[in-house]
Amino acid sequence: MEIAVFAVCAVIVIGGALGVIVARHPVYAALSLVATLFGVAVLFLTLDAPFLAAVQVIVYAGAIVVLFLFVIMLLGVDRAENLRTEPLGGQRPLAVGLGVATLVLALLFAIAVGTGGFGDGSVATGAPAAVAPERDSCTGLSKALEDSSPLVAACDGTEPISNIRQVARWVFTDYVWAFQLTGLLLTVAVVGAVVLARGRRGADGDDEAAGPAPDTAPEAV
Amino acid sequence: MNVFALDPAYIGGFGLDEALILIVKVIAAFAMLMVAVMLMIWFERKLIGDMQNRIGPALAGPWGILQTLADGVKLFFKEDLIPAQSDRFVFKLAPYLSLVPAVIVFAVVPVGGNFTTGDGTVSWWGNATYLQVADPHIGILLVLAMSSMAVYGVMLAGWSSGSKYPLLGSVRASAQMVSYEAALGLSLAAVLLSAGSLSTHDIVAGQGGYDWNLWVTGIVPFAVFFIAATAELNRPPFDMVEAEQELVGGFHTEYSSIRFALFFLAEFMNVITMSAIIVTLFLGGPDGPILTEGAAWLWGTVWFLLKLMVFLFIFVWLRATLPRMRYDQLMDMGWKVLIPLSLGWLLFLGALSIGRDRGWPDAAVIAVSVAALAAGGLLLRAAVRAGQAERQATEAAAAGQPAQGGVRP
Repeated sequence: MEIAVFAVCAVIVIGGALGVIVARHPVYAALSLVATLFGVAVLFLTLDAPFLAAVQVIVYAGAIVVLFLFVIMLLGVDRAENLRTEPLGGQRPLAVGLGVATLVLALLFAIAVGTGGFGDGSVATGAPAAVAPERDSCTGLSKALEDSSPLVAACDGTEPISNIRQVARWVFTDYVWAFQLTGLLLTVAVVGAVVLARGRRGADGDDEAAGPAPDTAPEAV
Repeated sequence: MNVFALDPAYIGGFGLDEALILIVKVIAAFAMLMVAVMLMIWFERKLIGDMQNRIGPALAGPWGILQTLADGVKLFFKEDLIPAQSDRFVFKLAPYLSLVPAVIVFAVVPVGGNFTTGDGTVSWWGNATYLQVADPHIGILLVLAMSSMAVYGVMLAGWSSGSKYPLLGSVRASAQMVSYEAALGLSLAAVLLSAGSLSTHDIVAGQGGYDWNLWVTGIVPFAVFFIAATAELNRPPFDMVEAEQELVGGFHTEYSSIRFALFFLAEFMNVITMSAIIVTLFLGGPDGPILTEGAAWLWGTVWFLLKLMVFLFIFVWLRATLPRMRYDQLMDMGWKVLIPLSLGWLLFLGALSIGRDRGWPDAAVIAVSVAALAAGGLLLRAAVRAGQAERQATEAAAAGQPAQGGVRP
């Protein structure tokens, strides 16, 4: 059963990922991305992480790709790109080379992790590896946390384990710095984007890109 | 591992009984939803007719109650047009992307059971079960996920039509729905804080005996959720997406025949499921007085339907009464009023619950929180004012310049 679900999801995920790259149409590429995100969400479900699955759908499929599509529609770039022109010379061979190198490195690392250490359930790096073998009724995370935390319910399968509680505990204890710094980074990015988008108006009053009256802009061009 | 449901029927494994229960539930829920949509469309037309001093549908069946059925049959036999400029694949896909989330959401709504004196289970063929199709761990997050999926239907419909007005409608829709989802989620968080669970059954069970979230969380999250839900549904007064005077029919201008009917179906289905979600979250779902001990579970369904009717009536009433908002007013309200309000209220409730855990006096906690929130509110107001002043200055400067701009080649 799990193998079947995994196989179907894998096909959807990889097919979607290929579609993102191969599709000539930006809208189709975005839709392929949605398919990939959904496949990954279902994989999260089979790994006993329903909360992550829901968040994946809400945040990535529901907000981020919607914004992609919004920009694509608003800017009217929704037609096939001419792939013959190459603005940056030599970037395609470089991209292929880097991609293959990353893939090989990732596979080597995965093999090393699968055969070598890390399987001892150490909290920092072994968590994803520990989830896979024991997915009866509780995850590796809760097993790892069980002795250290009174908040996590007993891991004997009688009580449904709260997925959110695990995630929240990790995010607000062990990884609180990483979490807060990521938040700060995103805030800085948003403020930067606002500043960049607004800055040109002060310098050049009749700049049509940032002009406050869009209906007069086409005539000015 | 039972990922999908906490329902007691499935605890002892999944056999023939459980499969039968599930099938009966799915069919019953789907049939209920379809009939409810049919009646809702008739109800809306009839009620608006009354409010506008007209008769409304009157010919098909008694009181015109079969009007929707007649319209549906008519739409089936209309010619199915696909515009030449359209993107054919996406054009055909969009109605289904709109309909499927609307159907799925209803699965997590508890439609009955005795929550007042019992735990909400009913017994079918000796199996204890809940009166809802599924009770997943993520419960209410499924509702949020599906309502964010519903954006795709509207958005792709407008884009794939290959026409100006639908595109404008879908651009408005995506901005509006993404904005209001934030307010929706933040006001939902207040409910989750008081319930301590995401499962809809647990949320309803926690409200048993009239501890309804409507007053347990204060009235604010309910008000914010209701307004944001109206915007999320693209119902008047927030129906900029299909503003007839500006955009013809909005995103579904180019649709005809059964594809148009699917959009219509999804829209009304969303109204019903969103009302059901509001009842579940804030009004205790099926909670209510049990008048006869004999059929205690039946009263739950009766109260649920009555509460649902109240909200359906309010949605129609709003449509008949309020004029459409302007688009910038809508965005201002979403970002500058509803989101800060629900966020502040969530922080306030969080402070209150921590204060009770630690044994701090309530009055002190409330005083400090109100002071902090007031300071935050003043800062926000100052920021909004400053932004407004700057925008007005730029607009004034731009208004003085069109002569200059016009001369440019």
